[in-house]
Amino acid sequence: MARSSVAKECDTDMKTSANKAWGDTLFKGMTLFFATGILILFIAILIALWHESAPAIDKFGLSFLTSTAWNPVKDEFGALIPMAGTILSTILAMLIAVPLSIGVALFLAELAPVWMRAPFGTAIELLAAIPSIVYGMWGLFVLAPIMADHVQPWLAEHLGFIPLFSGPQMGIGMLTAGLVLALMILPFIASVTRDVFLMVPQNLKEAAYGMGATTWEVVRDVMIPYGKKGIVGAVFLGMGRALGETMAVTFVIGNAYHLSWSLFAPGNSIASTLANEFTEADSDVYLASLMELGLVLFLLTFLVLGAAQLWLKRGIEGGGK
Amino acid sequence: MRMQRRTWTNRLILFLSGSAGVLGLAMLVWILGDVAIKGSSAINWDFFTELPAPPGMDEGGLANAIVGTVIMTLAATMIAVPFGVMAGTWLSEFGRESRFGHAVRYVSDILVSAPSIVIGMFVYIIMVKTMGHFSGWAGAVALAIIMLPVVSRTTEEMLKLVPHELREAALALGAPYWKIMPQVIYRAAVSGMITGIMLAVARVAGETAPLLFTALNSPYWSESMNEPMANLTVTLFNYAMSPYDDWHAKAWGAAFIITLAVLVVTIFTRLLLRKRSKH
Repeated sequence: MARSSVAKECDTDMKTSANKAWGDTLFKGMTLFFATGILILFIAILIALWHESAPAIDKFGLSFLTSTAWNPVKDEFGALIPMAGTILSTILAMLIAVPLSIGVALFLAELAPVWMRAPFGTAIELLAAIPSIVYGMWGLFVLAPIMADHVQPWLAEHLGFIPLFSGPQMGIGMLTAGLVLALMILPFIASVTRDVFLMVPQNLKEAAYGMGATTWEVVRDVMIPYGKKGIVGAVFLGMGRALGETMAVTFVIGNAYHLSWSLFAPGNSIASTLANEFTEADSDVYLASLMELGLVLFLLTFLVLGAAQLWLKRGIEGGGK
Repeated sequence: MRMQRRTWTNRLILFLSGSAGVLGLAMLVWILGDVAIKGSSAINWDFFTELPAPPGMDEGGLANAIVGTVIMTLAATMIAVPFGVMAGTWLSEFGRESRFGHAVRYVSDILVSAPSIVIGMFVYIIMVKTMGHFSGWAGAVALAIIMLPVVSRTTEEMLKLVPHELREAALALGAPYWKIMPQVIYRAAVSGMITGIMLAVARVAGETAPLLFTALNSPYWSESMNEPMANLTVTLFNYAMSPYDDWHAKAWGAAFIITLAVLVVTIFTRLLLRKRSKH
């Protein structure tokens, strides 16, 4: 009797431990399945876009990337104008947003009165959460008329001898798109940069102040070198977002297919072309060309974001500096 | 002399940085102020209860679009949360140092900022094209894909914060891992995980680009998620691009509602996080 109950207990013990091993294997396998899912998703996006753009790749080959044609009637398509628009609007946005957001970050981390820092810091983080379509709509209804009536005439009068600042003063165009894009990424870059500045150890700063350094010297010689990796990473992440941004740009870029030296002239970006024309594409080659544009955009942001991630990761492994 | 130059350089730079800070903040306050003023004046009871009216009639609302956005966001959350939590669990518990783990992490970090319009195209290819019509489900899947990497990465980070001793203590009691996870580890990390999920919800609730080619839009109540589905963001886009003044007013109203909802969720989540970190 006693023996058999012990034997039974042993038996159930063996069973639960077998159960345990089996359950754990299943659990691990299931989590691995979903983790693999993320990787598969990424590859599937690439393959699907590649597959759907096949008619355009077959027809135009590499000349797709260098052609300025965009003629749905004749089925002639090229990516140069939207690509140039994407890159130009992003460069404009970065030129405006990077200095401003570093200024904002410095202001919030080091210069502003102490009582202002926390609430305004939170405000900037909240602004980074506002959907981009709100920025785009504001750009169309509020900023574009101001650009047309005040900013562009002023620029044309004083800087009009530079081809960049001549041209139609409609309010809608590359310059306005760059400006709206800059406002959209400003809170993102500023809040990450502010976090980087706040991570600079207090005693490093105090040591520099103790040696008689001015605030600017502390910023230049202590804070910026210390946070360089993080700031560059934030700028690249912001750039990745700006490249693929659709709604902030589509409202104000103007949707025109021509290359122009003028920043006032309307243009197009890859994302705005897709947003405007995707549901209207009526031929196979047209749709495939739009798919190929999407593929180009995906690869472009992949390059920028991938480089940013590698850069940041190396920073962590290299000891945080 | 040298000291004077340093002092003046310092003042100049401080002035420039200060004005950049004030200018940047002022622009953002300007945008928010416009949305609040023009948006709130477009909001009335009809806005939440009536179907859209044709242009020129000063009535009607966006009830169907509000409901559509809520339904698609909820459906996306239902898809993305189990998927993302499981993937994040693997990254934190089993794949911390493995090469494959680093690859998944790297790809997730890229997908977090990948252009959302491309995600919309992808879902168009796999769902809309194969099924032959736009649908609310396609919209929900597109939003879910955008949420997924956010959920999995925050889950991973939150699980990593749970001390190792807690796992060891439970293992020493003889509990199997698949029981420890829900009963001990998820419990310890739950408020952080909810934070991540809420932030992902706030992000997709305002997304427009992935819905353009998936859910499309509709001026009517949707009978099911198998047909094109009205939503606030695409409606905002169409209304703002239209030439009608009363539609513009409705677009400001929609912008106000979206901004308010996103801000409320974000602030609420931050308060939750703060309360937790005080413990």
